[in-house]
Amino acid sequence: MKKTLLLLTISFVLGSTLIAQEKYFTKSGKINFTSKASLENIEALNKSVTAVLDTKSGNLQFAVLMKGFEFEKALMQEHFNENYLESHKYPKAEFKGAVVNNGEINYAKDGTYKANVKGQLTIHGQTKPVETEGKIQVKNGKILADAVFGIALADYNVEIPKLVKDNIAKIVNIEVDCTLDPLK
Amino acid sequence: MKRINCFLLTLFLTVFICDVSAQEEDLLSLVGSDDKPQKEFVNYSFKSSRVIMSHSMELIRPGVMDLRILHRFGNINKGAYEFFGLDNATMRLGFDFGLTKNLMAGIGRSTNKKEFDAFAKYRLIHQSKGPKSLPFSLLVTGGASLTSLKNTDTSQANYFSSRMGYYGQVIIGSKVSESFTLQFMPTIVHRNLVPTVDDPNDLLALGVGTRLKLSNRISLNVDYYYRFNQNPNDGTQNPLSIGFDIETGGHVFQLHFTNAVGMNEKVFLLETTNKWGKGDIQFGFNISRSFQIKKKKK
Repeated sequence: MKKTLLLLTISFVLGSTLIAQEKYFTKSGKINFTSKASLENIEALNKSVTAVLDTKSGNLQFAVLMKGFEFEKALMQEHFNENYLESHKYPKAEFKGAVVNNGEINYAKDGTYKANVKGQLTIHGQTKPVETEGKIQVKNGKILADAVFGIALADYNVEIPKLVKDNIAKIVNIEVDCTLDPLK
Repeated sequence: MKRINCFLLTLFLTVFICDVSAQEEDLLSLVGSDDKPQKEFVNYSFKSSRVIMSHSMELIRPGVMDLRILHRFGNINKGAYEFFGLDNATMRLGFDFGLTKNLMAGIGRSTNKKEFDAFAKYRLIHQSKGPKSLPFSLLVTGGASLTSLKNTDTSQANYFSSRMGYYGQVIIGSKVSESFTLQFMPTIVHRNLVPTVDDPNDLLALGVGTRLKLSNRISLNVDYYYRFNQNPNDGTQNPLSIGFDIETGGHVFQLHFTNAVGMNEKVFLLETTNKWGKGDIQFGFNISRSFQIKKKKK
């Protein structure tokens, strides 16, 4: 009995240590979005994105607090939170997916790799599949991940009143830029 | 033999536990993305920096200029001949500036009595959520007004100070829920010159302002003052305004009905003579247009 317990403990400790070296994370990743419409360009930046990458399975997840997006114009920020994304109802956006070609990336060796990422993106309470080609750079034990993709506001039930239809683009460009550290 | 068995079992378990963890769905929980709840300030309690006639517990943001055009038409009960009051209008043109996160100031000019006014509003306590939070905001505001009407009364000495009026106000308010905001405004108004000896130089009043959000872009607002020590024989009334805030892109339209003609604190508290009961009310609208004059640093 005692032995079994000991064995279990060893297994757990060993098991979890091994895992720890495989996961990378950040809490200060950057996501920038740009809307280019005929009347105006809107840009916002969030500098406190949480991201976790499991290099073994290729699983990749992001979480973003909507209220953390900072705009150039205060009124845009108010409308973003109050009218369009309804941040009080849907405080977070999340991505849950994986690096599809994870096998081609050698996380042990410095270098730049192409990463095909596929998963489910939840914004404004709506979940839609997204797919993009990003870049993973392994450098000095850190992982630099970036990607650019477009999302359609209509997919996420973000209503644009007719009056401002020339101010807001239908497709918004999202840029992700994260530096991941090993998760200890 | 037994030893090898043990070793194998450990190895197996290790791999097994690794594996189970690898399939774990919620990677985000590993870094505790939901760990400590953070203190968060409560914003957007009103669509604009005014309830209708009064200052609201909301400030305009730093670097923003708010152009405010206020209109009050004539009395509705004047009937079709006066086009239900629309033939007559008084207005106030004003510019408000967001100076810091907690300070704003503004200037304005009203057609009524050719009055200039200026004010400053400062937030001492900002309503917040989370640890060490306070469930209300506390603001102070003060202002002065100057009537530039030519003096026609030659029976008394005309001092410049007679043209001045002042007010001070404390705003205690809370965004109770996402759609409901309530605030109280204890107010004192001082005027240097009073019409008769029975009129107080210092008037005390308690205001209440509230907002009920009907949709993301439309809200119902009510703005009322109870006055404590006005001259009961001067025929003035407690001001009451009821209206809607309608927000479009960069504008906020405040459409309302009110018995107050004046558009600064001194005038609507001291010189409101119309009665709601008799239909002596006016239609009015405020237009607020925000301009970002100073861009945020990246």
